[in-house]
Amino acid sequence: MANHIKVDDKTTTKSKSNLRTLKKRKAIWAYIFLAPQIIVFFVFSAYPIVMSYVYSFYEWSGIGPLNDFVGLGNYQQLLTSERFWNSAVVSIYYILGTTVLGVGGALILAIILNDQKLKGKGFYRAIYFLPVVTTTAIVGIIMGNIFGINGFFNQFLLHVSIIDKPIPWLTDPLLAVILLIVIGSWKGLGINMVYWLAGLQSIPNELYESAQLDGAGFWATLRHITLPLLKPIAAVIILLSLVSGINAFDLVKTLTNGGPNFATETMDLLIYNFAFSSQLGGGQVRMGYASAAGVLLGIFTFVISMIFGAVSFGKQVTKFRVNKKKKGGVSV
Amino acid sequence: MIATKTARTTIHVFLVIFGIVWIYPFVWMVFSSLKTNKEFLTSGTKLMPEELRWENYANAWVTANFSGYFVNTVIFTVATVLIVIVLSSLTGYALGRIDFPGKRVIMICVVAIMFIPKGYTIIPLFKLVSAMGLDNSILGIIVAESSGAHVLFILMFASFFANLPKSVEEAAEIDGAGFLTVFSKVMLPLSMPIVATTAIMQFIWTWSSFLVPLVLTISKPELRTLAVGMQNFVQTYSIDFSGMAAGATISLLPVMIIFIIMQKYFIEGVAGAVKS
Repeated sequence: MANHIKVDDKTTTKSKSNLRTLKKRKAIWAYIFLAPQIIVFFVFSAYPIVMSYVYSFYEWSGIGPLNDFVGLGNYQQLLTSERFWNSAVVSIYYILGTTVLGVGGALILAIILNDQKLKGKGFYRAIYFLPVVTTTAIVGIIMGNIFGINGFFNQFLLHVSIIDKPIPWLTDPLLAVILLIVIGSWKGLGINMVYWLAGLQSIPNELYESAQLDGAGFWATLRHITLPLLKPIAAVIILLSLVSGINAFDLVKTLTNGGPNFATETMDLLIYNFAFSSQLGGGQVRMGYASAAGVLLGIFTFVISMIFGAVSFGKQVTKFRVNKKKKGGVSV
Repeated sequence: MIATKTARTTIHVFLVIFGIVWIYPFVWMVFSSLKTNKEFLTSGTKLMPEELRWENYANAWVTANFSGYFVNTVIFTVATVLIVIVLSSLTGYALGRIDFPGKRVIMICVVAIMFIPKGYTIIPLFKLVSAMGLDNSILGIIVAESSGAHVLFILMFASFFANLPKSVEEAAEIDGAGFLTVFSKVMLPLSMPIVATTAIMQFIWTWSSFLVPLVLTISKPELRTLAVGMQNFVQTYSIDFSGMAAGATISLLPVMIIFIIMQKYFIEGVAGAVKS
């Protein structure tokens, strides 16, 4: 602010107006640069969101005009449907499970791999990151084979005599959900590890040095320096993990296809099944019904982000406000 | 931080064993792709095939049309990467370098899009692409895939451009360069590291994309990408296990090779984007 006024005082009226037109011209260029992204946003994001709501009020097979208006009928059907609530519960299990395992495990790994003196840490990082870059849909198919009843994993367990008969990983409802969570966590752990490493590397080294001088051991340093200082980035990492858990489709579709008997059907898969797959959707395509489920998924995502955001960012926002006030006070 | 020698050795042992478990599925996949179907089912925990069956690859490539899927995936991926670079560099430049009314609102919108689940918009997106007459073309998949807001990339470009010193563009402006020239001849070339990171990351993501190509190729099997074609292969040839493994290897190998060559770029790109 102060800088601004100084410049204004020194400049003559003429160059001031020049500066203004230059600024205006640049602003126009900014809008031109933004135009493609904004157009794309309205056509492919905003419009589909609005249309999701519109479709959700119709009984509609996806073909022909929208003429069978059912009001909130689809919502009523969904909210009283066992299958819908089951999918919501599966999604919540998956979201929480992958966040606890994937984010927590990644933190342990990141702390180990952040050690500057550890030899070959780049190599280890690359290995643990590899599943992140692979195609989830194909991973699902490979894992389906490995965890099949006669698959490699059961063969291995039999071979080393941990079990005496094969375990039905994919056909037992509870085991299938657990397997899905474990594989989902394995897939996402690498990216969380890199996020944590970024956080760890932003902690100034002097803090560790002075802790060492004070005679603090590994656990004390971890508890009093590392973990508290990771809090802000932890909020971001957890939120990203929650959001990616909501979008669990590729893995579920290819690993279990929602089975056995819908035990692993997530909300995304339910929407897909009703909108695009006639075999599982009760024989007919119901785009309106699926859209209503989509809207509920959108609300679900919004609520999760808001609750999480309020809990984790609430404190920081109040802190920020206090700081701002303090700063203002000093400069006056 | 960890001092004693035994502790260090323990950590290395843990990291190596855990690392082998970690990538074992891929190792298993590659070895299985060289077995016969009978061996696949009866070899138990044995990794090595009796004899290397390269013909599994020829079968997957020709008979199961992985060659077609491969070409589709390359076109789809390259086009999407180019569009995403153009969109996010332009948006990032405007947001990072220029002050204009309404900037905050646009910034908030950009971040908010990240939280829109794809399952929520896929039905209208499918209908929209159909209405544009693009549902039976590879262009339709490209348009649908590249149309999201690429928040991470926009933020990377924005923070890069925001941190360049003012003198860079002033020098060019004194030489009489206009806004567009400054952007295309000075700023964009300087941002090559960001362009490269965007290209690598988007390449890997698009190569692996599933929902959009699955939905938009439902009635047009010849347009399938590798991920979608693989799913179909398993449904059609449910007894050809080593063919499945060969197809999976064909699909995963390109991204794995790119990652292994570029891993530093990739890992640091992700880390850098989060840090800033």
